[in-house]
Amino acid sequence: MARITASVYTSHVPAIGVAMDLGKTQEPYYAPLFAGYEPARAWMAANTPDVVVLVFNDHANAFSLEMVPTFALGMSARYEPADEGWGARPVPPVVGQPTLSAHIAHSVIREDFDLTLVNDMPVDHGCTVPLSIMFGQPDAWPCAVIPLVVNVVQYPIPSGRRCLELGKAVRRAVESYDEDLDVQVWGTGGMSHQLQGPRAGLINQKWDNEFFERLVNDPEGQATVEHVEYVREAGSEGIELVMWLVARGAMADLAGGGAPTEVHRLYHVPASNTAAGQLILKDASTMTTFA
Amino acid sequence: MALEKPYLDIPGTTVFDTDQAAKGYHLNQFAMSLMRAGNRERFKADEDAYLDEWPMTGEQKQAVRDRDYNRMIELGGNIYFVAKVGATDGLNYVQIVSSMTTNDAEAHAEMMIGGGRSPDGNRYLHEWEHKR
Repeated sequence: MARITASVYTSHVPAIGVAMDLGKTQEPYYAPLFAGYEPARAWMAANTPDVVVLVFNDHANAFSLEMVPTFALGMSARYEPADEGWGARPVPPVVGQPTLSAHIAHSVIREDFDLTLVNDMPVDHGCTVPLSIMFGQPDAWPCAVIPLVVNVVQYPIPSGRRCLELGKAVRRAVESYDEDLDVQVWGTGGMSHQLQGPRAGLINQKWDNEFFERLVNDPEGQATVEHVEYVREAGSEGIELVMWLVARGAMADLAGGGAPTEVHRLYHVPASNTAAGQLILKDASTMTTFA
Repeated sequence: MALEKPYLDIPGTTVFDTDQAAKGYHLNQFAMSLMRAGNRERFKADEDAYLDEWPMTGEQKQAVRDRDYNRMIELGGNIYFVAKVGATDGLNYVQIVSSMTTNDAEAHAEMMIGGGRSPDGNRYLHEWEHKR
């Protein structure tokens, strides 16, 4: 059977991808951030899953305003990196896992989550930058990826509660899939940042660090926090952090199991306009079943 | 009953909701068209002609010509869409974002290195009343 082995959380700042694409990671501005990523990359190299369910938001690249799906699941065997206006990133195509996508769709929709199923879409920095952060610059990504795209751009957007519950449903879906696969759920975006208006540039280190604590230790409580608190405290684009709750919802402790083990945490200001955060939680079931 | 919008009480911030999306539909669709390299070239070659292909308001077209991102957002633009105008100009996000603030790009980058804009004094509209 397939199993959830870990959840990973990371910012997906475009400039981090640009720094890698242009070979600037050792420049003084970026060197501390990329040094901070090293433990996560080492852990990931030793714990590479077969499939990542990668939760991110589209930034006006796959979806125009013609249609704005609240939750969209990628069903495809392949996703091309988007040209967001600067030209497409020079990274490998993202390889999907259509049979697991189909299984998740059937399982989750039958649990009343009305996902939009997407058979063809490009993937933007929200998807490719986390892959670059965790895997570096390989010729091909070392695992399959199932994109799970959340609307956090056009309000109304899904609540923290709904995101957490979706993560729980994704766990149940994965655990009912017959093939023997290691699956991670990644929640991406954030941390505090605001990209628009005279208040742009807002960073709230205190709130971000409290968010880490609440996400790890009190996810059900964090899921009740209203959107307006994210926007007021962590900036208009800091709202992306609600997507971390999808990944957190997939951990065993929210399905009656043990608490996850934190194996890595990073917080760095700034990456371009943004506070960059990263967290890895190892699922409890991994330790009990395969210790 | 009117929709509750608690986010209207945050200074210097426009939350892109369905009302803004309705106002800015064609502005945002125009901006998104700049994802295609051929469209970026046509826009750069003749901005007015390209803008006239879209049923945008005169104010929206002028905000684009002025590269006034605050005005674009006021008129229904969303940052991820209108940033493609900046991308077409060869600007990065720090340059686009700083243009909406009182800082230039260099000062904005310095502020970010210094830890960014503090939330203190920047949470509620009444805290900005002295800035009017």
